[in-house]
Amino acid sequence: MTATDIRASSATLDRSAVTKPRNMGQIIRWLLLFIGGVLMVMPIAYMISTSLKWPHEVYNVNLIPQEPTIENYTYVLEDGRFYWWFVNSIIIATITTISNLLFDSLVGYTLCKFRFPGRQIVFIAILSTLMIPTEMLVIPWYLMSQSLGWLDSYWGIMFPGLMTAFGTFLMKQFFESVPDDFIEAARIDGLNELQIWWTVALPLVKPALAALAIFVFLGNWTAFLWPLIVTNSVEMYTIPVGLSGFGDEADVAWELIMTGAAISTIPTLVVFLIFQRFIIRGVVMAGLKG
Amino acid sequence: MRLYSNLSIKQKQIVWAWAFLALPVLFYGIIRFYPTGTAFVISFQEWNLLGDRTWIGWVNYVELLNDPVFWKVFVNTFEYLLIGTPLSLVVSFVIAYHLDKLRFMHGFLRMLYFLPFMTSAVAMAWVWRWFYQDVPIGLFNNLLASVGIPQIAFLNSTTNALPAVLAPAVWAGLGFQVIIFMAGLRAIPQSYYEAAKIDGVGWWTVLTQITIPLLRPTIVFIVVFSSIGFLRIFDHVFNMTTNNPGGPLNSTKPLVLMIYDTAFNGFNMGYAAAQTVVLFLILLLVSLAQLWLLRSD
Repeated sequence: MTATDIRASSATLDRSAVTKPRNMGQIIRWLLLFIGGVLMVMPIAYMISTSLKWPHEVYNVNLIPQEPTIENYTYVLEDGRFYWWFVNSIIIATITTISNLLFDSLVGYTLCKFRFPGRQIVFIAILSTLMIPTEMLVIPWYLMSQSLGWLDSYWGIMFPGLMTAFGTFLMKQFFESVPDDFIEAARIDGLNELQIWWTVALPLVKPALAALAIFVFLGNWTAFLWPLIVTNSVEMYTIPVGLSGFGDEADVAWELIMTGAAISTIPTLVVFLIFQRFIIRGVVMAGLKG
Repeated sequence: MRLYSNLSIKQKQIVWAWAFLALPVLFYGIIRFYPTGTAFVISFQEWNLLGDRTWIGWVNYVELLNDPVFWKVFVNTFEYLLIGTPLSLVVSFVIAYHLDKLRFMHGFLRMLYFLPFMTSAVAMAWVWRWFYQDVPIGLFNNLLASVGIPQIAFLNSTTNALPAVLAPAVWAGLGFQVIIFMAGLRAIPQSYYEAAKIDGVGWWTVLTQITIPLLRPTIVFIVVFSSIGFLRIFDHVFNMTTNNPGGPLNSTKPLVLMIYDTAFNGFNMGYAAAQTVVLFLILLLVSLAQLWLLRSD
């Protein structure tokens, strides 16, 4: 036997000895991760399951309702409040998202591709606002809203989030990858700067825009502290603020509370399930670059 | 228009740049910087929102230092941080590390872990609050009862309430951290692992000598990101204890809830502003720590 043969045979030996436990190991690993994953979605599963149960079955720990009903949904939606809150949240999250997409990308683009006096100062100033927590600003924002009559209005809920330093920084990072030659070429073709940004640069950073849109929309859909402070009347509540008050009011009617919680959660879950791959990629991009 | 066309290309660029930035600069000035200044100013004033604002110097800060509730809240806030951050870091790393080694239904498993991140904190706080109720209402106690284990008072106990409130916050954030960790693991060049394999190095050595050191930027990011999140915890606490926010006996009250209470229930604006300044300083320290940790790379 030559040395190579020995090595080859020991390798086959090795493999036959190792493969089986390895496969076993992979199966155990898969099973454990699967069990963990199922436990992770249990709270969501129980929320949905309980929202489909009759009151007398709520304290039963079975996950599948014995006689599923949509009675809770008709009851909760009947008085119209969840409907308003839902519409309010949609409007606020949508407008804020559009505003962030436009302004964050415009500012990010300008800071990335233009050379002008004051550029560095503007960049550092915007970046430094990342260090200021929202909680520090809510009191001044409240006073400002009070004196300007913005309390209890869509504008009042939205104005603090219309632009974000996070989004600006994210977009700036992505515009770095747009070649200056493209912009120069467009300039020579006679496009003005606004057109260049809109027709040349923006289409090249679509993935970043999508990632930003997901973050901003989700953030505004679930935002609680500021909407809680700035709204007074029930019709102006967003879904989280409404749900919080509804939970107190429904007291021990847990099937109704779970229904409200499900109404506020299902839309984002559905969107996630449809665009899963895309959203996860976006979250990674925003998380790592932002 | 003639004026514009007389400008050089470089000058035109400057005009465009400032035209693009005009509105945003106003926004950041009025909605971010000016209020930050206002918060500092109010923290040196006494003001109940209706009467006059009077300067009182450092009184709010001195009062804060002598307020036993503040110290309780301070400890609570750091308890959220010191339990939440390491716990979510380790759990999410273990999940990501193993998930990264699996191909079979990888996307499906990843989806299961990520799903909670897409939920709203308020909705999930209410779901968990229901889980924590006593027999015969709450799921956890019902499950415990069915295997004969005595009931646990989750939200009604001064010792258990804080971890109970923290659990859904950790749960909701795990998916995000798992995804970030997996991206970090993917970024490690395969050649390191191959070299280790040739040298016959065991998995523990590979993990501690290759994987973890190379994941350092990812780990720093996750630690800072989740620390800031736990220091600012509010939604979960508020919604799980609405009958007595921050209770029982302030045992779950974090700094942000104290700020909210002082400002919008007590209308003691100056005192609340002083608390926000403290929060700001704590978060600033965390951010500076991140910069410092990343620089030494």
